[in-house]
Amino acid sequence: MAEEVILLDFWSSPFGMRVRIALAEKGVEYEEREENLNNKSPLLLKMNPVHKQIPVLIHNGRPVCESMIIVQYIDDVWNDRAPLLPSDPYQRADARFWADYVDKKIYNIGKLVWISEGAVQKAAKRELLGCFKLLEKELGDKCFFGGDRLNIVDVALVPFYSWFYALEACGNFSIVAECPHLVAWAKRCMERPSVSKSLPDQYKVYTHLLELRREHVARLGAQLQAQQAQ
Amino acid sequence: MAEKGEVKLLGAWPSPFVMRPRIALNLKSIEYDFIEETMQPKSDLLLKSNPVYKKIPVLLHHDKPICESLIIVQYIDEVWSSGPSILPSDPYDRAIQRFWAAYIDDKWFPSLSGIAKAQGEEAKAAAIEQVREGLALLEEAFGKCSQGKDFFGGENIGYLDIALGCYLGWLRVSEKMNSVKLLDEAKTPGLTAWADKFCAHDAVKGVMPETDKLMEFAKIIMARFQAAAAAATPAK
Repeated sequence: MAEEVILLDFWSSPFGMRVRIALAEKGVEYEEREENLNNKSPLLLKMNPVHKQIPVLIHNGRPVCESMIIVQYIDDVWNDRAPLLPSDPYQRADARFWADYVDKKIYNIGKLVWISEGAVQKAAKRELLGCFKLLEKELGDKCFFGGDRLNIVDVALVPFYSWFYALEACGNFSIVAECPHLVAWAKRCMERPSVSKSLPDQYKVYTHLLELRREHVARLGAQLQAQQAQ
Repeated sequence: MAEKGEVKLLGAWPSPFVMRPRIALNLKSIEYDFIEETMQPKSDLLLKSNPVYKKIPVLLHHDKPICESLIIVQYIDEVWSSGPSILPSDPYDRAIQRFWAAYIDDKWFPSLSGIAKAQGEEAKAAAIEQVREGLALLEEAFGKCSQGKDFFGGENIGYLDIALGCYLGWLRVSEKMNSVKLLDEAKTPGLTAWADKFCAHDAVKGVMPETDKLMEFAKIIMARFQAAAAAATPAK
């Protein structure tokens, strides 16, 4: 049966990147559809009515939502190649734990680094570096979190490498100085076409995040003015 | 099957998260030692077994720790694969159950906790409405997943039943403390019938705490919470 695979995506989304990497690792052909997040398509709203967010994988007409759930779905369906999870149950649980840790921490804390300032930003930087160092410890001297191949932890985490320039510029710190092993791991990942073709240019991401920060500051300013007028 | 001492679970009776692996182990007929955590202070075993979060539940299998309730449930399903399946075998069905379990943990349970935290009548009413909206979504999901059978998992309890069902004790406490009906035969008939069957299931009834006992515990927690908030407020 001919497979129809569509990915509703947005170029700068780390969550979208996870799905791109997983599909590329499995060699699955798909149609990528870029969403305008300020004007979401009827298809997106129909396929993800609960969260109305990308990424959404539409496989033979049926939607799968939430990036790490999509990644595990891709691994389950195309299970004859490039496994993203080991076969041993204990190692699987360990990989799921660390992928979940990345999911709980990196986006929210990283965002505070590029969007906020002052004490909030300082605390976020400290926390983010703490998370990166813990992940470095977990990586140890393995090539990838999955050993000699990518696993769901690599897939969950490496998209945030596209944020590194923005994090360093906004936060005024050097990630490679603090976490050299993590940066080395990210560069090894980038040697794989599945990763390098899925991540946008770091400078392009930086200008985009600066724009989001400008909009955020403008919104806060407008809210403050409205409160003061009351 | 498991040998004596092979499987231990660190937990506490009021925790819905701890209930999840207990139900899973019961479904697989696996005997385990339940080690009740005092939590104040946290035991050395807990701190050593879960250094990242320092939270319960932690499953210890041959003394190797597995953390995070739904990850533990998946582990139990994969290790004791000859017992009844907890996750469905079809990849799409698995994705759907994982989606709703994530929704329940990330959005719905926080909205339930929001009722207790709401200050004032208006905020409380808004919080209750949010919980009901979530239940309406879950009612629809139940219809699709159960396909007319008793549980989200079909004829038997599965992953999504465990993910949602563990919160039923706390849901009933919320209903009693606020004199509201959250599960309603008229608005959520499927979930209302499901809740009774879930709580009556052999794998569940021994580990679901009694509502009254939970309510006493909730009052102690809230008193502690309010005392801490009062202590933190600077004197005028």
